[in-house]
Amino acid sequence: MGISAFYHDSAAAMIKDGEIIAAAQEERFTRKKHDSGYPYNAVNFVLKFAKIKLNEVDHIVFYEKPFLKFERLLETYVAFAPKGFKSFAKAMPIWLREKLFQKKLIIDYLKSHDDNFKDEKKILFSEHHLSHAASAFYPSPFKNAIILTADGVGEWATTTVAIGNKNNLEIKKELHFPHSLGLLYSAFTYYAGFKVNSGEYKLMGLAPYGKPKYTNLILNNLIDLKEDGTFMLDQKYFNYSTGLTMTNENFNILFGQPVRKPETDKITQFHMDIAASIQEVTEKIMLMLTKSLRKEYKIPNLCLAGGVALNCVANGKILKEKIFENVWVQPAAGDAGGSLGAALAYWHIDLQKERKNIENDNMKGSYLGNYFTEGEIEKTLMEIDADFKLMTEDDLIEKTASEISKGKAIGWFQGRMEFGPRALGNRSILGDPRSDKMQKNLNLKVKYRESFRPFAPSVLNENVSDWFEINTDSPYMLFVADVKKEKTLKMSDDQKSLFGIDLLNIKRSEIPAVTHVDYSARIQTVYEDTNKKYYKLIKKFKELTNCPVLINTSFNIRGEPIVNTPLEAFNCFMGTELDALVIGNYYLEKEKQNINLKKDYSDQFELD
Amino acid sequence: MNFIKEFWNFLKIRKKFWLLPIIIVLVIFGGLIVLSQGSAVAPFIYAIF
Repeated sequence: MGISAFYHDSAAAMIKDGEIIAAAQEERFTRKKHDSGYPYNAVNFVLKFAKIKLNEVDHIVFYEKPFLKFERLLETYVAFAPKGFKSFAKAMPIWLREKLFQKKLIIDYLKSHDDNFKDEKKILFSEHHLSHAASAFYPSPFKNAIILTADGVGEWATTTVAIGNKNNLEIKKELHFPHSLGLLYSAFTYYAGFKVNSGEYKLMGLAPYGKPKYTNLILNNLIDLKEDGTFMLDQKYFNYSTGLTMTNENFNILFGQPVRKPETDKITQFHMDIAASIQEVTEKIMLMLTKSLRKEYKIPNLCLAGGVALNCVANGKILKEKIFENVWVQPAAGDAGGSLGAALAYWHIDLQKERKNIENDNMKGSYLGNYFTEGEIEKTLMEIDADFKLMTEDDLIEKTASEISKGKAIGWFQGRMEFGPRALGNRSILGDPRSDKMQKNLNLKVKYRESFRPFAPSVLNENVSDWFEINTDSPYMLFVADVKKEKTLKMSDDQKSLFGIDLLNIKRSEIPAVTHVDYSARIQTVYEDTNKKYYKLIKKFKELTNCPVLINTSFNIRGEPIVNTPLEAFNCFMGTELDALVIGNYYLEKEKQNINLKKDYSDQFELD
Repeated sequence: MNFIKEFWNFLKIRKKFWLLPIIIVLVIFGGLIVLSQGSAVAPFIYAIF
């Protein structure tokens, strides 16, 4: 069993004889986004799913090493002293009371699952970036590969390069704190007024509205970028090493504006240009890194993990430049995936176990979470007095596809929950991508989030290259590519003169709801063997409309973790303007529900 | 006790004995802060926690 916790995105994962059995993030159970607490519920779930007690688990691997982190912390304070005393004064109590004694803490928590658990020797510690690298390499369909991991920071490492060969995995190079691509991106996230650790996605979504006017300013001042893509950040502009903010006054002076206050300051063209600039810099660094690695190691396969690997625009560029023949990204690339990686690293590296089924993607479509039986679903629906209809699978698919084609927004809850931040068709809200009003409507009436944020398409795998400029698998929505030229619509001269958020109102392609303002789309390819029901639904939609694409956005509202249970799905359905809800083979129409079951939903979650 | 043994091993393996005097000073300092504070509510700092 692997565990990640006490930082952000706590999770637990279970592997049995090398096979990934189950994995889930704690936030889905506690309903607290990016929950960093001990993943009590996630551990319970993976144990229950594996049908074992904790005492029967052979090894429990934590995803990072607390002592090493403490070492980094102390050395950083020493290096910057006397600056940083305020941060030191805040950090020390937490470390001395709790974090330094994480092993004991974990043991105590584990005992709450099973009183018989006594063998403390079963608890082991992996390294943060080794966990990431293992999560990217072992489930990948490659016998050998270069593994590049990049995130904010682990213990010391912020970026690592590893070589994987069969069951061996060896870290070759590391970039160390405070020089971090993840922290650089987070610094700009903070500067643009978004939340660090969750708002990075918004910055990436905002980037196409802007022009990369500040790229040179960033490259000339903030970063010393070398030819091979390695870099150092000039700490003069940052405050994260010792302060309580990401950037400092020098940063504000350099870019000419103070940090945006999300409560009062509007997002302006300046913030869009800032987003475009840092996105361009990130892509440049990732491309330089991957190009130099390809040249140095001459291995055709690349695996990616770490928070930066969730930057699907940069991933798409790596793919487009054809630097590697094959690229595979761990769907839970953030810290949640560290739990899986920690378990896999111990199994294959320390225990020297061979990899099975080495030619295939072994993530099982990332459908590794909770599921509910028909009986459980019906019981919930009866208890809450919902109006529902049980249908045969074929009828259900016909009905759902037909409703989507009429412009309805549908909550789609099926099978096992996804592991990782993306909904991949089991806890999703679906819509018709051909509608030019859908993006705005879904953002404002269903998701209650900023109107600039784009939606992603799910497309039948066999049709992906008819609609998008991509011809490889993208099962986890981690590659961005352009909508096929033939499917795009030409802009008039008037439209061309628009910029910023006004671009949103232009119909840009035959599938405008999933075409971002720069004609790009974050693609999910759907397969019959990993998600048969979802595949059949899109296929039916294609029969009706000649379009093998659906809008797929996560089943939640802004600030809410993706729904986990039928009850949460129902509450989200009743609290938003979703038109219908499909749970298993149960079909629920909004019009037929008791109005008294409607709840004011949008205020329940803290905005992200 | 177990913790001290593990931490000692850690310093040995990492060859970080030079950190020891700093650690002792910091621990005393940190200890004082702990004692003088009511709660240990974590502020949100990316790099540290």
